[in-house]
This record gives sequence, structure tokens and C-alpha cells, in this order.
Amino acid sequence: MSHFTNNKSEQVDKPNTDDAYTLGPLQAGPPCCDPEPLIRVDNLSLHYGEKPALEGVSLDIYKGCITALIGPSGCGKTSFLSVLNRLTDMIPGCRVSGNVHFDHRNLRHPALDVQRLRRDIGMIFQKPVPFPLSIRRNIELPLREHGMSKQAELNDVVQQVLQDVGLWDEVKDRLASSALALSGGQQQRLCIARALALQPKVLLMDEPCSALDPISSGVVEDLIQRLRGKYTVVIVTHNLAQARRIANYAGFFWIKDQRAGCLIEFGQCKQIFEAPAHELTAAYVNGSRG
Amino acid sequence: MSLFRTDRQLALLLQSGALLAAALVLLILLFLVKESWPVLQHVPLIRFVTDASWHPVDGLYKLTPMLSATLYSTLGAVLLATPLGIASALFSRYYAPSFIAGCYRRLIELLAGIPSVVYGFWGLTTLAPLIGRLHPPGVSLLTCILVLTLMILPTVALTADAALAAVPVAYVRGAAALGLSRWGLISGVALPAARSGITAGTLLAAGRAIGETMAVLMVAGNVVQQPQSLFDPVRTLTANIALEMAYATGEHRAALFVSGLALMVMVLVLVGTAELFSKERHHV
Amino acid sequence: MFKNALTTLLIWLTAALVSGVFVWLLADIIIHGLPKLSWSFLVEAPENAGRSGGIGPIIVSTVLILGVAMVTATPLSLATAVLLSEFIRHDSVFGRLVRRSLDVLAGVPSIVFGLFGNAFFCIYLGLGFSILSGGLTLSCMVLPILIRTAEEGLQATPNDYRLSASALGMSRSATLVHLLLPAATPALVAGLMLGVGRAVAETAALIFTSGYVDRMPDSLFDSGRALSVHIYDLSMNVAGGDASAYSSALVLILLLLIINSIALSLAKQWLHRSVVTA
Repeated sequence: MSHFTNNKSEQVDKPNTDDAYTLGPLQAGPPCCDPEPLIRVDNLSLHYGEKPALEGVSLDIYKGCITALIGPSGCGKTSFLSVLNRLTDMIPGCRVSGNVHFDHRNLRHPALDVQRLRRDIGMIFQKPVPFPLSIRRNIELPLREHGMSKQAELNDVVQQVLQDVGLWDEVKDRLASSALALSGGQQQRLCIARALALQPKVLLMDEPCSALDPISSGVVEDLIQRLRGKYTVVIVTHNLAQARRIANYAGFFWIKDQRAGCLIEFGQCKQIFEAPAHELTAAYVNGSRG
Repeated sequence: MSLFRTDRQLALLLQSGALLAAALVLLILLFLVKESWPVLQHVPLIRFVTDASWHPVDGLYKLTPMLSATLYSTLGAVLLATPLGIASALFSRYYAPSFIAGCYRRLIELLAGIPSVVYGFWGLTTLAPLIGRLHPPGVSLLTCILVLTLMILPTVALTADAALAAVPVAYVRGAAALGLSRWGLISGVALPAARSGITAGTLLAAGRAIGETMAVLMVAGNVVQQPQSLFDPVRTLTANIALEMAYATGEHRAALFVSGLALMVMVLVLVGTAELFSKERHHV
Repeated sequence: MFKNALTTLLIWLTAALVSGVFVWLLADIIIHGLPKLSWSFLVEAPENAGRSGGIGPIIVSTVLILGVAMVTATPLSLATAVLLSEFIRHDSVFGRLVRRSLDVLAGVPSIVFGLFGNAFFCIYLGLGFSILSGGLTLSCMVLPILIRTAEEGLQATPNDYRLSASALGMSRSATLVHLLLPAATPALVAGLMLGVGRAVAETAALIFTSGYVDRMPDSLFDSGRALSVHIYDLSMNVAGGDASAYSSALVLILLLLIINSIALSLAKQWLHRSVVTA
């Protein structure tokens, strides 16, 4: 598939540095990189059965930026992420309404190739979910599923993405051993590597650090920072300090009238944290509510 | 739900498999009815009760001796096995030290797996002569009840055990905190909470007793008669089928299929009732 | 406190009684069955209607009947279980219909399976009294057990696998083949063993389907006598066959014990599974 041959030429171009991270130097936080929205969400609502979970959410996700979604538990942030890669399809009784466009295509179109979409929009879950396979097979399995079958190519991609997430030096001698034996932080980085191997345009992250110890959490946070520019990242986090450190844009969700979650405010990260327009946002980021 | 193309093909394949599995029950019913039709067609159901005797070759279809033998033996076995089974479950859950409880449970599990033909064989060679010393001939309704009791006891014990295990620990702790004695705790809290599960298990065991063939065939004596005492030899519906199928032809064969149909209906009613009880448990 | 002490006594007595009777039963069969049990008993053909000789052809027939039952029931039950647990919603009409009819099937008495097998496989399909008829009848009988255990095994695999695989754009089929089925394998095999145990213990369904013939079967279309039928025949129809019957019963129980232990250890291993390497 051409998608993957591109990948190879890129690898050849890339200078081989001693640094475990090959995504380039750590970029500073805001201001933002590219003002072109990659995903446009317009008046999105979501119900589980009769119970509303999200109401009237509209926002733009900007290309190459890190967008943080903050707010208390149960206000629909995770549901919002699941809409973006159509994982909501797998939840019985889940109804979505409103418009979502990704790269000018209607993301909610029934005939959309969901398999292709999920390759373009990867997702990282709160709890790292390595498959009960070897480290190498964890990365290879989805690649094979998407049609890459030459072992040499697969080896290249495995090495490349493990280097990207800074895991290569730690695991290069035991690629054939079980991924379940890795530590929590290593597992999460493996999951990110597995998602990167598919060359996504967008990465959705659902509290990727909250199940990790502080040191692993720091390593993963650094990694997310390094994804900026090359990937578009949408991250749900409860850690306000983390959102402030890494995000270009921030969206604040809140539960309205004890019913459904909704977006209170969206804007540049700096503005949300330093000059919030809404009093609820101000109260939340100051720690007096939520 | 969104499915990819390979998924849709696989789903189609699986659906046909599942449909086949589900249709099996209908196929069984269909064939039972088809085979019993020659008799059902011209013999009104009441004649299975009012006919003078069971001589199917001569067109006499009195099934009541077999029906009552089945009912008596099942009833007897359930009456004996229920208290013993519940006591067994209580023993392994609340009374025995954990090592003994583990061994006891393992023994019961082992017995649940022993083939009915082995129970029947043991009943025939060991139990029947003992009862024969008490009151000949030995093979009798009583032997039948005792062997059936042994057979369904593991079912009752294991389901009661599972139902007791499902009683929330908080109930038991709460009762213990009130200073209840062990029996007070069991009779006041554990058994009532596990009641519907135990009832469902007992009904399942009754279904097993009604449908049991080999053990009963070997120890009940197989004389077609209305039993007057526990020591009379009897023939159950299942034993009747097993004994006569070998040579039955024509309407005789059809009459045997009618008794098979009757068995199936009885068991289904029991299973259905058991399901109602276990539903109730899920809802609590 | 008198009541409490009395019930404690009663319950200990019950347990003693129940274990006593069962130990008696097992000991009886072991004591009477052991003397005749030898390698030659296992491989030789029965002579003099089974009074002497061994059970060689009967073991072969039993294994063939089990083989037919499992080979036909396994794919069908796996397909049904996968459909029920992975492809349709738990509350869908079709799913409920299938589950309900399987519950009913599980309650059908074995003698009724025998009647059905005789009418459908032996006569309607013209297979006659044969190992094939017996195996197919048992296959219908173990279907509900196999489906239920396979469905439970699949449902116990972590849902995280399904979500993660889906988020990586993998199809359900690939997820199933590469992740879910391997993860559920011990449970599937344990269920299979349970089914084999049930089938090997069965007698009533086999009398009118696979028949009584105790010769070595030449093909699946030959009649073959199962071990349990052999025990029944020796004790009921053959005077002086008790010694052989005891030994056959012992063989049957040992066989079941082995199958049971395999199932148990697989289920345990599945519960305690920590690391799976590929």
C-alpha cells in the first residue's frame, strides 16, 4: 500500500541520531502552530439510550496542535473522543447527532470507511492495553491487518516507532517477549507506538497518564510534547497543570443542569487558564469548583 | 453496529450456524410429533388414562402406571435429596474447616459426573439385594427412589452452594455483627437470600430425575403396575421407552413416541419454572 | 443455643452420611473392578457375551462415537457462541431466540434424544444403527453445554482488547482470530472437556442409535457398542457378567476422572493466566 511505502522513504530521509527520540527537539507550548482546523465539530449531541451525555458541543481541532479537554468526571469528555473515531458505533444504544467533519469529509457519513478512519485517527486509552502477544507482534498485528506483509518493512516500522516513543533501547533485545511483562509506563508507550505505526493524522488520548506512576507519567508527557507539529493531538486530562504545560488549545466541559455535559469555553490554552471568559471556567481552573 | 466486509461475511456464516443450533429443538419436536402421529391421530388423549391396560399391540394405551411410577419416584427423590443437598451445601460453606470443605466439594463434583449407568449398576448389585432382604424382590420403587436421590443430590448440593456463595457478604457480616448464632445467621439471612437459587436448582434436579432412564431401568423392577407400597416393582415412562423401543413397530412405536413427547413437556415445564426462579434472583 | 448445637450436629451427620454412601459406592466399584482390570482387558475383544475377554472394540467404538460427536458439535457451537457474544447485541430478538431454544435443548431428557436420533438419523437419514447415528445424536445433546461454556469464555476476555483493536482499525474478524479466541482458548477447551464428559457418560441416547454390536467396527457406518451401553448390557442381560461390568464401570469412572481433571486444570490455568507469549 502506498500509504506505507511513503513511510519508508521518510525513514530514509531522517537523520539517524543517537537521541532515543527521533521526533525532534521538545517544542515550546503555546502559541500555536497551524491555524487550520483539521476537525470541525458543530452542535454535537450524544445520548446513551434516553440519557443525554453531551449537548450542543461545537469546536475546532487545529492541525498540528495539542488540544486539551478538561472538566470534572462524567461530563462527556471521553464520549466526545469516542465520537471522533466512531468508537461510539460499538456502544449499543448510543445515538449521536450534529455535524463532524474531518479533513473536509463528513465523519458521520454511514458509508464512511471506518477502518480507514480509525487508521487516520488513533486512540490511546487511560489504561494501557497491550495485547497478550509479544512486543513485536503488538505493533505488527494492526499493520498486517492493514495490508503490510513484508517482514523487512515490518521490522523497519517496528524499530522506527519504538524509537519514536523512546522505547527502542529498553526493549530492542526482547522484542519477542511478552508485552505484558513491561511496566505500566512502557506499556503505555508501546500502545502509543502501536498507534503511530499506522501513521495517523490525529491521536486521541483519554487520560493517558492517569494510570501511571509520576515518573512514567512524566516520560509519557514528554513524548506527547514531542508529537506536536507532526501529529494533531486531542487529550483528555484531569491534571490541570499537565494541560497547562502541554496544550495549545483547551476546552472546558461542565455538566449543565445535572443532565448532560456541554462545552463551556474553548480557546487558546493561555487564555483559558489566565483570562477565562466564563466564571465557571475561572472557578474550575483556580480549583474552587469541580 | 458497523461491520467491515469480512465481518459481514463471517457474521452471515455464524448466523446460519446459530440458526441451525436453534432449529434443532424444533426439529426434535417435529420428529416426535411426526412419529407419534399414527396414534395421536385417532386415539383421544383421555384414552391414555382410561384404557384398561398397557397393551399397545392390542390398541390399549393406559399410561397411568408408568406416569405414577415416574411421579412417585421423582417426588420421593426430590423430597430426600433437597434437605440432604442443602445440608451438604451449608456444610461446605459454613460448617466445615476449609480443607474438609474443599475435599467435600470435590467429592460432590466428582459424583455429579458419574454416569447414571454406574449408579444403576451399583443400585442393582448392592442396594437391591439389601432391600430384598428387608422385603423381596428388592428391585422396587424404594430402590428407585434411593438411587435417584443419590443421582440428583450433587445437582441440588452444587446449585445450593452456588446460590449461597452469591449471598452478599455484607448481609452475613451484618447478621454476625448483630450477634446471631451460626444457625440463626443461616436460617435468618443466608437461606432466605439464597431461596430462589436453591428452588431453581431443585426444580432442575427434579427435571433430571424425571428424564433419567438407565439408573431407573436397572433398579425399578419394570413391572407395569400401579404401586401399592414402596416395595413394589414399578416401571417408569423412560424405562418403558428403553425396554420396548427395541422391538416396537407401528402404533406401538408411535405410542412410545407419545410418552417421549409427554416426558419432554413435563421437563420443559420444570425447566421453564426453574428459569422464572433464577430470573427473579437476577432481578433482586 | 440448643437449636444451634442440634443443627450443627445434624449437618455434620448429613455430610458424614453423604460422604459415607458415596465412598461406599466408589469403594465397591474399585474393589470389585480392580481384580479384572489389566492391559489385556483394555485391548482384547469380549468373549462369551462379555463374561470373559476384554473391552477393546468397545473402547474403540466409544472413542469413535465421541469423535463424531465432538467433530460435528464443536464448529457449530463455536459459530453460535461467537455470534452470540461478538456479533449481535445481548438483548437482540435473534439472540434471545437462540438462547431460549438452547436452554430448552439443555433440558431435553436423554431418552428423548435417543428417540429423536433413532427417528431422524437412523431411519429418516438412513444411517441405520451406526456409530455415525450415535455420534450425531450425542452431538445434539452436548451442543448447549459447548455453546454456553464457549460464550462465557469469550465474554470473559477483557473488553479493552475489543476497544483497542477497534481503535487500531482492526476488523472484528481479525480481533476475534488474533486476540479473543487465543485468550479464550483454555475456557473453550475446558468446555469441550465438559461436553466429552457428558457424552461419555451417556447411555440412553445410544441404545437405539449406535446399537449393541460388540465387534470391532470397520467403519463409521457400523454399529458400535459404547462403554456405558456395555455396562448396562452386562448387568441386565448377561447372567454372570457382573465382574466384567464392575471393571468396565471402573474404566469409565477413571476415564471421566481424567477428563474432569483436565477440564478443571485448564479452567484454573485460565483464571490464573498471567503472561501469554506469542
